Amino acid sequence: MRFVFEKRKATSISALILVPLISFAVSLCLTALLLTIFGADPLKTYSAMAIGAFGSLHGFAETLVKAIPLMMTGLGVAIAFQLKFWNIGAEGQLTLGGVAAAGVALFLEQYLPGPFLLVGALLGGLLAGALWAGIPAILKTSLNVDETLVTLMMNYIAILFSEYLYYGPWRDPKGYGFPGSRMFSSNAWLPRIVGRAHIGILIALFVALVLWFILRRTRWGFELQIIGASQQAARYQGVAVERNIVLAITLSGALCGLAGAFEVTGISHRLQQGLSIGYGYTAIIVAWMSQLNPLVIPFVAVALAALSVGGDQVQMIMGLPAAMGTVMQGLILFPMLAGSLFTEYRLLAVKDNKSNLPG
Amino acid sequence: MDFVTSILTITIRAGTSLTIATIGEIFTERTGILNLGVEGIMLMGALSAFTAVFYSHSIMLGILVAMVIGGLLALIHAFLTTTMRANQVVSGLSITLFGTGFSSFLGQRLGPESNNFRLVGLRAERILPFAPKWAKDIPILSAFLNQDIITYLVYLLIPLAWFFLYKTRPGLWLRSVGEDPYTADAMGIDVTKTRYFYTIIGGMLIALGGAHLSLSYTPGWSENITGGRGWIVIALVIFSMWNPARAVWGSLLFGGINAVQFRLQASGTSIPANFLNMLPYIGTIIVLVAITWWEALSKKVGAPAALGSSYMREEK
Repeated sequence: MRFVFEKRKATSISALILVPLISFAVSLCLTALLLTIFGADPLKTYSAMAIGAFGSLHGFAETLVKAIPLMMTGLGVAIAFQLKFWNIGAEGQLTLGGVAAAGVALFLEQYLPGPFLLVGALLGGLLAGALWAGIPAILKTSLNVDETLVTLMMNYIAILFSEYLYYGPWRDPKGYGFPGSRMFSSNAWLPRIVGRAHIGILIALFVALVLWFILRRTRWGFELQIIGASQQAARYQGVAVERNIVLAITLSGALCGLAGAFEVTGISHRLQQGLSIGYGYTAIIVAWMSQLNPLVIPFVAVALAALSVGGDQVQMIMGLPAAMGTVMQGLILFPMLAGSLFTEYRLLAVKDNKSNLPG
Repeated sequence: MDFVTSILTITIRAGTSLTIATIGEIFTERTGILNLGVEGIMLMGALSAFTAVFYSHSIMLGILVAMVIGGLLALIHAFLTTTMRANQVVSGLSITLFGTGFSSFLGQRLGPESNNFRLVGLRAERILPFAPKWAKDIPILSAFLNQDIITYLVYLLIPLAWFFLYKTRPGLWLRSVGEDPYTADAMGIDVTKTRYFYTIIGGMLIALGGAHLSLSYTPGWSENITGGRGWIVIALVIFSMWNPARAVWGSLLFGGINAVQFRLQASGTSIPANFLNMLPYIGTIIVLVAITWWEALSKKVGAPAALGSSYMREEK
């Protein structure tokens, strides 16, 4: 008897739900092992993490604060991944979005009265993200330049550029040498709901709904799905492959840029260090764990944000490195990837019968 | 002449880790497996090599530990992409995400108590450059012969890797698995075993590149010590058109950009440091565009045909 994999006719719904849950559990076990090796009590650590992330209103608000950029960038990455366009530039698109929003908030105050300043800042972030993502999309569609590398290299460029601004020309002269711009006028502040959690959460949820509708229920979304499955098939069907890729990737970048605009107008109220802290990379985990489904992304984003807030808590209470949260996030992906086989294939036992062999 | 020699010396020193890792990744990609985990594996290699040397005072052991760790991480990638047929891009990205997080975690945990369990700021034995006496005064050549033992090994590795890939039977088998796994299988080559083997070899070489950073080029541990070098390696593989003999040119080019950057910074130029630091990344994009354009014009394809796709024996 031997085992072979047989391709399922349709992806298995139960595997679709079970695989992420089991992956999460496996990650918890692996991290528990790691914690034990380093002499920490896993149960104590996990309960401290859970209490830190969900145990208080303040903690929950902080979890939402981290979930908002993860949702926005996760949604952005999901659009790109749907097309098998490996956009790992969400970090740079977010950073440049933050820079552009800060630019509008700092320098266009006299031209944009009242709430228009905030709207202008958000639009600025959106546009900057879209343009920054547009470059690799055009390079890919016109010259077939590998997008993984271009998007990643552009992250470094965007981050160095933002540092240049807040250490250099945009630095607050009254900031006692603190690396950051001056604070925006309160017209450019995104209203807050609870703690530091701002209305960006509502916008992100709305975007998730709209995106689900666009990707799964409209003609354009259908075209994108065909392109993702096979560019050749899409061309036979008369789909404008190149134009659609550029459009979709620009949209992907716009969402990431908006995430950056949320960060500066909603949280820091200035351009400063700490804008680029890896949301754009965690977004890849968010998108993949959600199996690129926009309606699942908000939940996964909250779960991963909780790991990160919990990690900070554990650092304060138990003196463990906060990077532990990142390690756990990374450890979720391995079982997730291994499990993805079962959503598309099923394991069959066949009798090893020589007459079955061809020839 | 002294100036050129000194620039070239730094260039080669900076290019060493890039060259080793590029050759490792070429071996992996030639079997059809794209490993985007280079950055994470280099980081873990740099961390484990430094830690091992710090405690054991043995450079040999440090290099050995780094290569074992690199092989293990590559094994995860091989298992996920070959046995479990996971998406190669996402699996590689996961290795990088995990390696980045885990090396940062361990860097705050593996140090001695006197340093608050941190590795940052510690010093350990390092691999020192040495030069033969007769070569000391010859311009240009002395740049090549004023290096550490790993660089000297790279001088050997480049022709050996080329010879192995293009002139030996196992090299031919390896390339055929990456070009057409179905035919390779029909010829009696074990596709799965080949992919596992060279992905692991690749991971070991990539980690050795990381070890060169923490033991020689920028001795010591600092978070993100690679600064994106792992990603530049992926670009260099494309730049070299998957040929180890050409890997050296790309590595020298990027090593050269690094050297020029150092020189300009030292000379107190008015260009802000941040713009100088962008040079390697902008350089990568320009080189990538140029090489892709040239490939399209000359109708040459360097990439192994089966790169990035998993092999399903049942689905012929």
